[in-house]
Amino acid sequence: MAVEQPMRTPVTQSGDQTRIHNIGYRTYDGPRLGRSYATRSLYSQSLRGAYGLGRSVKSKVLPMLLFVVMCVPAAIMVAVAVATKANDLPLDYTRYAIVMQAVISLYIASQAPQSVSRDLRFKTVPLYFSRPIETADYVRAKFAALASALFILTAAPLLVLYVGALLAKLDFADQTKGFAQGLVSVALLSLLFAGIGLVIASVTPRRGFGIAAVIAVLTISYGAVSTLQAIAEVQNSSGAIAWIGLFSPVTLIDGVQSAFLGATSAFPGGVGPTNGEGAVYVLVTLGLIAAGYGLLMRRYKKVGL
Amino acid sequence: MIATESLSKRFPRVTALDRLSVDVGPGVTGLVGANGAGKSTLIKILLGLSPATEGRAEVLGLDVATKGAAIRERVGYMPEHDCLPPDVSATEFVVHMARMSGLPPAAARERTADTLRHVGLYEERYRPIGGYSTGMKQRVKLAQALVHDPQLVFLDEPTNGLDPVGRDEMLGLIRRIHTDFGISVLVTSHLLGELERTCDHVVVVDGGKLLRSSSTTDFTQTTTTLAIEVTDTDDHPDGTRAVRDALHARGVDVLDGSGGLPGAGHILLLTAQGDETYDLVRDVVADLGLGLVRMEQRRHHISEVFTDTEQGSEQSTEAQRKEAVGHGG
Repeated sequence: MAVEQPMRTPVTQSGDQTRIHNIGYRTYDGPRLGRSYATRSLYSQSLRGAYGLGRSVKSKVLPMLLFVVMCVPAAIMVAVAVATKANDLPLDYTRYAIVMQAVISLYIASQAPQSVSRDLRFKTVPLYFSRPIETADYVRAKFAALASALFILTAAPLLVLYVGALLAKLDFADQTKGFAQGLVSVALLSLLFAGIGLVIASVTPRRGFGIAAVIAVLTISYGAVSTLQAIAEVQNSSGAIAWIGLFSPVTLIDGVQSAFLGATSAFPGGVGPTNGEGAVYVLVTLGLIAAGYGLLMRRYKKVGL
Repeated sequence: MIATESLSKRFPRVTALDRLSVDVGPGVTGLVGANGAGKSTLIKILLGLSPATEGRAEVLGLDVATKGAAIRERVGYMPEHDCLPPDVSATEFVVHMARMSGLPPAAARERTADTLRHVGLYEERYRPIGGYSTGMKQRVKLAQALVHDPQLVFLDEPTNGLDPVGRDEMLGLIRRIHTDFGISVLVTSHLLGELERTCDHVVVVDGGKLLRSSSTTDFTQTTTTLAIEVTDTDDHPDGTRAVRDALHARGVDVLDGSGGLPGAGHILLLTAQGDETYDLVRDVVADLGLGLVRMEQRRHHISEVFTDTEQGSEQSTEAQRKEAVGHGG
């Protein structure tokens, strides 16, 4: 055994300016705000994340760019309307999102996987579920966040149009009604697209697959439906046009708004669904949103820990 | 802290937990078992995330079946696997996790800074996690489990993938969680040797059954195994054999420490009865004129605990299980 050296006591140099205070471990006695607060925090974090806020510079580029691309045409239209002293805006509020659907699809395809695939891929999900929040809270927060992000993307250009229209001294009542109809339409569109995007993205932990799959579902369904509608138009079976429109998200929204929100339909021939058919459109839209939520719940019941 | 009563969890094909009854008090408790012994399943049930097939369990006096959310507010959990997104910094990540535990924004930031400092992350904490070493990642995982100042933390294999130095640091940190922070710990591992240095109490499970639950001193006090390695000389070309024979002549039984591994045949294991044994070995080796390369205390490995228990209790002798344990050790 080695001879024990007497322990040297650390010399305290009094009078020195530098001194290290070891404050040690401090316990936390403050409030614990529980489930609903945690859910709201997850919502705001996901919503900010959908525009790259709180993330790396690189991940801000695409969402911000798409946001600008969404708004620039609106600004140009306003400029044209003001300059030419037109009686009306060149494009209806309700038509704007339909015309810009490619940008919206790109946004949902890039941000839905960002929102959920990352948590799956890096296995962060168990950390959430080992905390007070439950599966339903997680799904609701993510769904609401992405739908809100989409709403911001689609409603912002409408706001630009509306403000511009008022500056151009267009009829106030007319414009306000159109703006309100446009907002309802993009709100429905946001919920529907967010649901579809999240369900697809939540199946794969690979972000690339998620992006490709969302784009594929949105564009292929729209392409197929508009092709079939065009064929139906040529064959003079215009009754079928409305029913075919039920099978893609964009035409679905188009049908709902031309039946109930005073929009002119983008369907071939410009004939939207009748009121009866329109009711089916609304039911299918709401059903799809509910199905998206249900599928997400089922998916996350399994992920757990 | 934790109490389970004939807790069982059956999946269609496997029984993960089989009537497990165990009581865990405050302090650092080790949960030891081979892979697939039911450790992670137990933690899931204790967090209230997976219902037990039968039996009941309480954590901090709360029933896991009905008070899951309340339990999860007061406990921390560090998973075994990677769980960190690479593109955010440790600070951002832990702040977010603190808010997920219900801490208000200001408190979440303050607690994050404190906790990261306590686990030993300083300037690095502002860099993205993707560039961290395994040891640093383990610290972030630990920090997110501690950030809301829980009363109890579950650490699932916290030393996985760490080098020996990292392992020692992590074990020291786990010890401090209880002594300095006042938080009780349930830590799982498949290495008993590692846990008995850190824990006050060790629970051994195998095949979902409780094999043993006792304080760590019981484990080490029963017997101390001594490992000896000696050099060979011209007089004794096989020094190991010479020592074994000499010790045998003096009435000390020597085990062969080889265990079938190449090179390990040079290590002799014997049971130390006290200080005399050390003196005896010293004298024997000196008399033979050999060099003593090592003489160290060997602590029990999980396999030995299993073998001891199996010898003691004859009820559990499934051939398959023995085999699994043999590989697990």
